[in-house]
Amino acid sequence: MDIYLVEAVINGVLLGGVLALLALGLNLIFGVIDVVWIAYVDLVMCGMYVIYYLYVGYGWPLPLAGAAAIVGVAALGVLVHVLIIAPVLGSAPINQLLATGGLLYFLQSAATLLFTTDFRNIGVRLPIIEIGDIYISFARLIAFVVALVGAVALYVFLKHTYLGTAMRAIAQDREIMGLMGVDQRRIYLITSAIGGGLAGLGACLLALQYDVHPFVGNTFGPITFMICVLGGLGDMIGGFIAAFVISQIIAIGGYYSSNDVSYVLAFVFFILLMLLRPRGILAR
Amino acid sequence: MTRRHAAMLAGLALLAGLPAVTPAYFLHIVIQVLLWGFVYTAWSMMGRFGFVSLGHGAFLGIGAYVPALLWNYQGVTPWLGIPLSVALATLLAVLIGYPCFRLKVVGHYFALVTLALGQVVMLSIVAARDLTGGSLGMTQKAAGHSWYAFQFPEKIFFYGIALAVWIGGLVVWWLIDRGIGRGALEAISEDEAAAEAIGIDVMREKLRITMVSAALTALGGALFAQYLMYLNPETLSGIGVSLQIVFAAIAGGMYAMLGPTVGALLTISLTEGLRVWFGTSFIGAANTIYGILLILFIIFMPRGILGLFEMRARPSRERGIPEALKAR
Repeated sequence: MDIYLVEAVINGVLLGGVLALLALGLNLIFGVIDVVWIAYVDLVMCGMYVIYYLYVGYGWPLPLAGAAAIVGVAALGVLVHVLIIAPVLGSAPINQLLATGGLLYFLQSAATLLFTTDFRNIGVRLPIIEIGDIYISFARLIAFVVALVGAVALYVFLKHTYLGTAMRAIAQDREIMGLMGVDQRRIYLITSAIGGGLAGLGACLLALQYDVHPFVGNTFGPITFMICVLGGLGDMIGGFIAAFVISQIIAIGGYYSSNDVSYVLAFVFFILLMLLRPRGILAR
Repeated sequence: MTRRHAAMLAGLALLAGLPAVTPAYFLHIVIQVLLWGFVYTAWSMMGRFGFVSLGHGAFLGIGAYVPALLWNYQGVTPWLGIPLSVALATLLAVLIGYPCFRLKVVGHYFALVTLALGQVVMLSIVAARDLTGGSLGMTQKAAGHSWYAFQFPEKIFFYGIALAVWIGGLVVWWLIDRGIGRGALEAISEDEAAAEAIGIDVMREKLRITMVSAALTALGGALFAQYLMYLNPETLSGIGVSLQIVFAAIAGGMYAMLGPTVGALLTISLTEGLRVWFGTSFIGAANTIYGILLILFIIFMPRGILGLFEMRARPSRERGIPEALKAR
């Protein structure tokens, strides 16, 4: 078997971890609050700027800057919910989607205004692991492992804590849960915070591998949406699987042709599968 | 002749006489308002019935790139290239619309499928960078003032063209509004199953409106490219432009004939005004305010500016958002 193909497949798996993490956050918000945050990946962009400025600008240690990004983006998530989502909770779903679309415009142009369109890199060079003739980026490996740990932690939280159970219950029937004594507003705020926190964690992992610029969200945003929809909006396990399917298409497609073509393939695959299984790959 | 007709004629006379009295920069703005107003009107033809497409950039991009590529590489006149691009966009609309409507992909899912479609076109243009120049964009081979090449350096010509297609777009809107199809589409947007049960050919109605919308959008894209003489995949097919279409149409009011045009007038004068106000030293300032305004619009005025007048004018069943949009 071609060694470069193996390398592409492994890199695809590693990329899938980060995409799965982002898809988890988006799916959590969709499942519980029933709103699609079009601007979700732009929150990741904000987190990446937090890390960049704290680490490069103020000389904070990297883990501390990362923690600050997670907390900061979690707070931003709460803010987004209170200011933008809460007022439109009762209106048409498409209006909710568009309200966060306005947020996308705002965040991207505010970032352009504040940080200019320069590409910035935190400049951390992690070693490249060599196994036989296969080269694996250590940053990607870390990202993959952390993303998996994050996903498992979220799973345990949702399955085995009172709060997590309440969140899953709301996702199933939001009318009844109010009668059962669950404070819907509080759950929504906590969900937004966790969703934001996951975006912040994603920011930490992406900042190790990619430059940050105001439009970095456009690179990962659409693909994250496709993954969520492919897995079935709100279906976490479906989204998790879809992340790895899509990342393999991108990786193997990129091996056989160019990177752009591989993304085109991923979107075409998405459209085809949407038509075959409109409610997600795991839908019954 | 009623007062309404008189007002229309006066408006047209004013628009026709406009180039005689306005400076070139202002004329440039008006051309943009008319062309974007045309595209937004085309989008609203679907949007008003609850088929929210987030991928009209796909049609805009095909409309713009096909004639330009044919002209640059084969010397084919845009007089052939533009109809071809419109035909291709319509074909794409059928290719994506038919399975979507057959399988009842609606609401969020339809919006996200179209979003992916826009990405496919945008990334394909970028990937074919040997032909299209990729993200750097491309320009058509200049031919000076030429009817054959459909290139007119003087703005007055494009003003006439933009005015004509804009009026054409409004006429199409009016025809749809008057036609029997409108009732059918409204029934579909309220309850698809019920509409089907009373004998409406849901597939045919949806497909027809999607094809019209896509064709007009492609025409708008082609004219833009011929006017600006520069094509860029991001600004023609990216998520940004697809969302911009939706926003402007909603801001103006997608349920009224002139709503999308008002949206174009509003958004373009806003961006231009902010640009002049802030100058180039604050890149992004204009769009930051724009983004905030969009959020406020969605929260407080989901039916747009003309929606406000409309509500006062006819307190009918149409008030508020159609039920189909609320349905989950």
